[in-house]
Amino acid sequence: MSWQRQILRVNLTDSTIRAEPLNMQWASDYIGERGLGTKYLWENMDPEAEPMGPDNVLIFATGPLTGTSASTSGRYAVLTKSPLTGAIACSNSGGKFGAELKYAGYDLLLVEGRAEEPVYLRIEDGDVSLHPAKKIWGKTVWETEEWIRQEHNNPMLKVATIGIAGERGVRYAAVVNDLHRAAGRSGVGAVMGSKNLKAVAARGTCGVSVDDPKRFMEVTSRMKDMLAGDRGTRGLTKYGTNAMMDTMQEFGGLPTRNFKEVQFEGYDKVDARAMLAIGADGHRNLVTNTACFGCTIACGRISHIHKDHFTIVNRKEYWHASGGLEYETAYAFGPVVGIDDIDACTFAGYLMNEHGIDPISFGVTLAAAMELFEMGVISTEETDGIELKFGNAQALTVMAEKTGKQEGFGEVLGLGSRRMCEKYGYPELSMTVKGQEFAGYDSRALQGMGLGYATGNRGACHLKHDTFEVDMEDQTGSGKAEPCKASQDWQAVVDSSGLCMFTMGAWGPEEFAEQLDADSEGDWTVDRMTESGERIWNLERMFNMAAGLTSADDTLPQRLLKDPAPSGTAKGRVNELDLMLPEYYRLRGWTDDGQPTTETLKRLGLG
Amino acid sequence: MARSLAMEPDKCTGCLQCEIACSFEHEGVFNPARSRIRVFEFQHGRLAVPYTCTQCEAAWCQKVCPTGAIVLDDQLGAKLVRTEACVGCKACAIACPYGTIEYNPLSGKVDKCDLCGGDPQCVAACPTGAIAYMETSLSGTTVNTTAEA
Repeated sequence: MSWQRQILRVNLTDSTIRAEPLNMQWASDYIGERGLGTKYLWENMDPEAEPMGPDNVLIFATGPLTGTSASTSGRYAVLTKSPLTGAIACSNSGGKFGAELKYAGYDLLLVEGRAEEPVYLRIEDGDVSLHPAKKIWGKTVWETEEWIRQEHNNPMLKVATIGIAGERGVRYAAVVNDLHRAAGRSGVGAVMGSKNLKAVAARGTCGVSVDDPKRFMEVTSRMKDMLAGDRGTRGLTKYGTNAMMDTMQEFGGLPTRNFKEVQFEGYDKVDARAMLAIGADGHRNLVTNTACFGCTIACGRISHIHKDHFTIVNRKEYWHASGGLEYETAYAFGPVVGIDDIDACTFAGYLMNEHGIDPISFGVTLAAAMELFEMGVISTEETDGIELKFGNAQALTVMAEKTGKQEGFGEVLGLGSRRMCEKYGYPELSMTVKGQEFAGYDSRALQGMGLGYATGNRGACHLKHDTFEVDMEDQTGSGKAEPCKASQDWQAVVDSSGLCMFTMGAWGPEEFAEQLDADSEGDWTVDRMTESGERIWNLERMFNMAAGLTSADDTLPQRLLKDPAPSGTAKGRVNELDLMLPEYYRLRGWTDDGQPTTETLKRLGLG
Repeated sequence: MARSLAMEPDKCTGCLQCEIACSFEHEGVFNPARSRIRVFEFQHGRLAVPYTCTQCEAAWCQKVCPTGAIVLDDQLGAKLVRTEACVGCKACAIACPYGTIEYNPLSGKVDKCDLCGGDPQCVAACPTGAIAYMETSLSGTTVNTTAEA
């Protein structure tokens, strides 16, 4: 019931637009969003296709709960084959675009082919059209959103777009919607750019209804009360995700200076408290918090930069508030590059949103470049005179802008850490899995996190499993495979629902099941959903195997496997992947070399 | 004493739960486009401003309506649209200084806040208390203009 039961297929090669019925069997087997998008990707493309070629497919998928009154119901996912990893990419985003796509009448948008000239897609209820994007090709995310609204004289249009980085093929370019919400990871924006698709704008008046409205209102209202009553969730409202900085510092899991260290002496200058502190001149970094569609948590940060700061002192166009630091951006512009300048970090964040770049991949790529610079491998001749040293805040903001605009050394940084390190002959300095850069958790301190990184279907990623509690309790590799596998499966469910994972501190599986059951036709139980999650995980794995990945890709950089953590609670430890991985494969029902067995696939309805 | 809605933008996070609840209450479906309360965001999300009908004492919508379709509910203090009398001429929408009465292309008539019969669902849905149901003399929208840009 909560589906519009319709998808939109757009072929950019022959400029055809077609509405098709949503495959309800797939919605039943794969829930929605991440799962449903994976199934549509699997059925619509060859996994061996060139990521930046016309045969790749780009999907925008909503979930069954997207656009309803459930808290955090604004999520949508972007799926494609990643140009960063060569594996499946699935990046989800909040903001208001996802719900609007559904209100416009479509549960999922599937884009195939490649336009000859730049175009953008406009979807207003049943009225869908492609328009020339020549006038906005080369414009930033922020300019594009405004331009499209003015062009169509409709301030209510919600826009998902790429910046210059996506147009120019930065391997980790993002799709940004609503100015500062992003499907950030794995280069989904680069694929969009390769298709000559600048933006998708949506507006709709179609209502979303649910299977059992009375029960749904009762259940979702109770669930909102649960969120409001949960201490950890309230912490997200007050501090944002950057509250994590202090925890990781104390624990010794805060990757610092390209993972050479695990604690950062300047952490308290870029953490959540630093964002809240009022300086002697009355300036405070954090202006207010903000919510995505339907979200009663509102962890989003709106910050501003000190007007006298070197980054913007002569650039009045940045004297306004905008999206501020989350934990991952604070980590990627702070500890991992050794920088403790909160204004510079905030400005780098603005630039990521404005130009459409994944901040994690950018920061970690820059960290590797800094290490290479300090080793003398890269010189100032290549970096346009910039001293690419750890701790240099100017290097951060200048390179962020150069990468965004693809100028000078920004073109090298745009390759991503793996390709850049290979280019200089030091592949071991790339802090990546499958070519995707690590989030702000060190695998030597958090063992299960390492296993999750290594086995991640989109490469290194902190969002597709959760072994946090067991990792904090015990710092060996033993007993980590089971919670890693179980949480990967459940996370696939949450990512497929249309709701945000930041509810998971307050909501367990029963709470998700209750909401989905009142929302959708049929009986939705925790067991059924867990099985769907496992099905989704395995289908993603099948995509990757078909794309040419092997178990050799389920690994971590030598630095995390051989160089012991130099300090913190895990001092002296390395990641025990070789202990965890065989057990993980066994629990998954995969062969010793990581292939799903026939029985496993049959059990999940995939064989 | 008549009551109406008071909105405090400083408390608003822009989550749109009020719009979602309003559309469900009045249309039976979820979609902010079909809500009688609106939240507008400005300045990259620095400011989110909810607003809807504040039930003006001298209601211009009521005065200009040629068919007498807008009537005062004495008990609630709300101005209500009698849909059977509304001819969809939009004179009220033009007259309203706040733009809080809107033409609905689906029904061919106008929609406005009816205070949900005295139990406003937007108030119940707001997670931050940015919308309050209070004595009319105290209601309206307040914007803190002293906040730093």
